[in-house]
Amino acid sequence: MTAALQAHSVKRKRFGSRNNRVIPGFGLTMGFTLLYLGFMFLIPVGGLLLYTSLMSWEEFWKAVSHPQVVASYKLSFGASFIGASINLVFGALVAWVLVRYEFPGKRVIDALVDLPFALPTAVAGIALVTLYASTGWVGQNLEVWGIKVAYTQLGVVVALTYIGLPFVVRTVQPVLEDLETEREEASASLGASRLTTVRRVILPALLPALLTGYALAFARAVGEYGSVVFISGNMPYRTEITPLLIVAKAEQYDYQGAAAIGTVMLVAAFLLLLVINGIQWWTSRRGL
Amino acid sequence: MTTQTLGNVANPALAARWRRATSEPDWLRWTLIGISLSFLALFLILPLLVVLYGAFEQGLAVWTAAITEPDALAAIRLSLFVVAIVVPINVVFGVAAAWAIAKFEFRGKSILITLIDMPFAISPVVVGLIFVILFGTQGWLGPWLAAHDLRIIFAVPGIVIVIAFGTMPFIARELIPLMQQQGKEEEEASLTLGAGGWKTFWYVTLPNIKWGLIYGIILCNARALGEFGAVAVVSGRIRGETNTMPLHIEVLYNEYMFTAAFAVSSLLMGLALVTVAIKSVVEWQTERSRRSADTP
Repeated sequence: MTAALQAHSVKRKRFGSRNNRVIPGFGLTMGFTLLYLGFMFLIPVGGLLLYTSLMSWEEFWKAVSHPQVVASYKLSFGASFIGASINLVFGALVAWVLVRYEFPGKRVIDALVDLPFALPTAVAGIALVTLYASTGWVGQNLEVWGIKVAYTQLGVVVALTYIGLPFVVRTVQPVLEDLETEREEASASLGASRLTTVRRVILPALLPALLTGYALAFARAVGEYGSVVFISGNMPYRTEITPLLIVAKAEQYDYQGAAAIGTVMLVAAFLLLLVINGIQWWTSRRGL
Repeated sequence: MTTQTLGNVANPALAARWRRATSEPDWLRWTLIGISLSFLALFLILPLLVVLYGAFEQGLAVWTAAITEPDALAAIRLSLFVVAIVVPINVVFGVAAAWAIAKFEFRGKSILITLIDMPFAISPVVVGLIFVILFGTQGWLGPWLAAHDLRIIFAVPGIVIVIAFGTMPFIARELIPLMQQQGKEEEEASLTLGAGGWKTFWYVTLPNIKWGLIYGIILCNARALGEFGAVAVVSGRIRGETNTMPLHIEVLYNEYMFTAAFAVSSLLMGLALVTVAIKSVVEWQTERSRRSADTP
């Protein structure tokens, strides 16, 4: 650790003096970046945290532990967990199929994977509720089996699966492309069956990418609002997600309640980002 | 890929055994493709079709009427106005941040990159809330703003600010890895040959990052037009005044005007499709330039 830090500072000294002489614009670009981040990001986020910290502990606790709010955490985190898990399985499968196999229309399908990322969430929301309503193309077929999706918790899972879809595919795909088939050949020539090779050679190599994609999909799903509110029906204690409660409280000018729950969500987002960075740090160390 | 290496094996029996060892039998291959495509059809294709069907079900005339109706036009105009402010700001921010991060070594670089990524991890409704608490009537600056007769929340400035916040990372995230990978040798060469900093940027750096920048702008554009949660908190949904396109879609949908909601949605969906198409073109271009760089 200390050796790494020393090496870093030595490198910094050596290159620092050199590139400062040749490439201009460090002061300008760094200054603008920090100024913009400061005014647009750090001060506003600090404002929210300060606002919450001025509440008394009892007020804060009452706001964040109200049974209706707790029910919304369970739904938001639970449905995000299920959605991200579905995406982990199908995302890995889609990435595998896109990298290893050839089939007609592959390029178009590959491009479309990014769609949930580019499509406005409100559009996704009304499209999904129309599909899964009891009169919709998918919903009426599920109705026969007695499965209701729209206006149930299952609908929340569907929406969160939709918006998390690109993440696992896009994190696994490049790793799979770089994976040399020589390692699989070596494994096979040592007598391993295909299943063993997939389990013992390919999956471990994909693990960091799978975890990163999973965490990204989960993080995105926990905070999602637009695609969920149409399909969930927003029934208190049953299909209300946490972001919806924040909107509702802000609309009723209950800033304190909204700020308290918003702080919980903010902390959850920071922790998830920390986990994602941790996975990447672990990967880069493992790579060395 | 696999077949290329296996093609060199002369003995057919051995080649078949190797192929079995490094790939899957046809039935499994097609089963996996089938499962993947069914999943993607359910989640990617069907939502597209339902929007198109909903938008054009009652004919082109109804579609045209829905998107040229005054409130729809006001929403489109507001959304375009916001994009015209937000995207250039994000271009400047993205280029500046990528230049500082990719061309220089400094302490805390990874913290800076994490900070730039952070707006993406924060829930859009929390973004809206942050600015309501800053500028709202009961917020930090509310009384001062009221005294000076300035409106930010429930007005256009608030919408611009939350969208700028939400789309902050997109261009920077495209440019930082691209410029880090390209290094700084070309810029150093240009500068030692006597070109100034700006000239070097325009003639050396910009052509190198052109495709990444174009995709970043298109993505930022699509996300800015589509931003919903944050805008829902700060806009107040005043018809014809503070309704952006996604909010207008929500209003129409909640008033059971489904055809009109899908008509406006079809515009945003078209833009999303253009975005993913441009992304493929950009990837294809970078792949090609990398390949031509690999073979001297």
